Amino acid sequence: MAQPNTYRTGPDERGLFGMFGGRFVAETLMPLILEVERAYDAAKRDPGFAKDMAYYFEHYVGRPSPLYYAPRLTAEYGGAKIYLKREDLNHTGAHKINNTIGQILLAQRMGKRRIIAETGAGQHGVATATVCALFNLPCVVYMGETDIERQKPNVFRMRLLGAEVRPVTSGTATLKDAMNEALRDWVANVEDTYYLIGTVAGPHPYPAMVRDFQNIIGEETRKQMQRAEGRLPDTLVACIGGGSNAMGLFHPFLDDPSVRMIGVEAAGFGIETGKHAASLNGGAPGVLHGNRTFLLQTDDGQIIDAHSISAGLDYPGIGPEHAWLFDRKRVEYVAITDDEALEAFALLTRLEGIIPALESAHALAYVKKLAPTLPKDHLVVVNLSGRGDKDINTVAALQGITL
Amino acid sequence: MTRIADRFDALKREGRAALVTYLTCGDPDAASFSSILEGLPQAGADLIEVGVPFSDPMADGPAIQAAGLRALKAGMTLKGVLAIVKKFRAGDDTTPIVLMGYYNPIYRYGVAGFLADAKAAGVDGLIVVDLPPEHDDELCLPAQQAGIDFIRLATPTTDDKRLPKVLTNTAGFLYYVAIAGITGTKSATSDVVTAAVTRLKRHTKLPIAVGFGIRTAAQAADIARVADAAVVGSVLVERVASGLDKDGKATPALVESVLAHVRDLAQGVRAARRT
Repeated sequence: MAQPNTYRTGPDERGLFGMFGGRFVAETLMPLILEVERAYDAAKRDPGFAKDMAYYFEHYVGRPSPLYYAPRLTAEYGGAKIYLKREDLNHTGAHKINNTIGQILLAQRMGKRRIIAETGAGQHGVATATVCALFNLPCVVYMGETDIERQKPNVFRMRLLGAEVRPVTSGTATLKDAMNEALRDWVANVEDTYYLIGTVAGPHPYPAMVRDFQNIIGEETRKQMQRAEGRLPDTLVACIGGGSNAMGLFHPFLDDPSVRMIGVEAAGFGIETGKHAASLNGGAPGVLHGNRTFLLQTDDGQIIDAHSISAGLDYPGIGPEHAWLFDRKRVEYVAITDDEALEAFALLTRLEGIIPALESAHALAYVKKLAPTLPKDHLVVVNLSGRGDKDINTVAALQGITL
Repeated sequence: MTRIADRFDALKREGRAALVTYLTCGDPDAASFSSILEGLPQAGADLIEVGVPFSDPMADGPAIQAAGLRALKAGMTLKGVLAIVKKFRAGDDTTPIVLMGYYNPIYRYGVAGFLADAKAAGVDGLIVVDLPPEHDDELCLPAQQAGIDFIRLATPTTDDKRLPKVLTNTAGFLYYVAIAGITGTKSATSDVVTAAVTRLKRHTKLPIAVGFGIRTAAQAADIARVADAAVVGSVLVERVASGLDKDGKATPALVESVLAHVRDLAQGVRAARRT
């Protein structure tokens, strides 16, 4: 295959990015997925849809989110000039709301009256429950029992917002099982239900659609950096679980060859221990949840549970477009351990007065390694994908403190 | 002719429908499963679906999910499934065996190697839940070239417009999923199933098997009156589960308890002779 002169036209009509992506779902779901695709294609062509999105982004989410130059962090790392894209300042505290606004508007257009979602850390669940409250739609969020235990504040938040949180005990009771359970719900409630997937994964058109809704992150960054520095950024860094915040930052820059991009996976206890969530650095291609991508799996093709201190990165797969960009070597993918992320979490909090999500702390931890190797006029943008208030119980527990 | 076509032809001459049984391979352990498998033809199973366990069975209900986890815990693999089929085939060269499961274990095994090994083991057909016709190039077409039938599922959401696409490369039989939902949950009424089978018959000459939600001999007989085969799975898997001791090990009564229910279902199907 010839080197593409653009990285931004995928996927093809079968939903494939190279060999990755696709629509690997049960027949019962095929007509629904085709219906979502048709509806999304129509919405994309309708200026009214873009106008609605822009309205809610500005007045409800609080966009644009700032691009903040972090002087003390820059001085501490002693190299590249570090900017933070402040997705943590969005309503609900993370980038997840960009996607749920887009999909709830689509569900409205499709006339769907019931929303289901899966969640790991609870951020996507909260963002979904939020837009369901806004549009007065019943909402069921599937969440692994293990995750419910470690993310209690988000569970309570979802319930306050009127969502029903259904504990998932099947399999290993984590995010992948929550996704299985949401798919089972969808199969059984095909008439009225819309499945609001939280990341750039799942069957086509979800990876492309969620990416499109998150692209606002990179589009704003481009304009904001132009204003601040009069040029493009040199390096973009973002954490990766499923990969939606990273895809949103990267995608608008994929065809700018001068821009280096680095996705940071969760190495958990270390990739060599087998207890990690680094699908690209420690997995192999496979098919799960409707798409072909890199997966943590055994030689027999059984899915292995991911591990990360950050529940939002704790997923054994990754969005198929990332798998393709990894394969094409357009984006570099590295991994950061739990301990490195915790150190970066503490450092940003003290130096800049910003408590980052443990997810985003993985990206910051990699910048600690990268920034000192770069000149002072090198512009780095870190996607601060979420705020860390949700993680204070986890961090406190590690210090032996019960809140 | 294939074993599947031969079997449906023979049953047509007998004027009755087939009983198709599903059990998850290696549940609760390889030896117990092999004993059940070898007893199934005698108990009245006309075609046998052998479930390939998968960690993330997104179209299955709690009973079959649990069966898969038991089998995996006991060490079952796709390679192990093929070995068990091969052993069965040594003693029975006529009862069709269809492997049912999800794509990832096959993909990981390698499609070409899998098809060669499956054919050599005596596998007649494949049902792979997460491979719709949009991905026929992955496994369906290579399977047909290897002489293995690729059996497709049609569902209540498969409308007349989509049905031809679903049928295009389907071989052996068509498996109609009687409900929109996962295995082992709801049941469809026989009126609804009759209408669905009539609709499908307008589009295909393939035998039509109906499954999802069939538990009793009476239900199996109802289906056998209108379709070419009744597929029974979850209730048999539940029989396996209820034959376990408190440590999850097979009790001596387990194999016979499953086969007894198969005999009961077979009586229902056989009594429902069609004209």
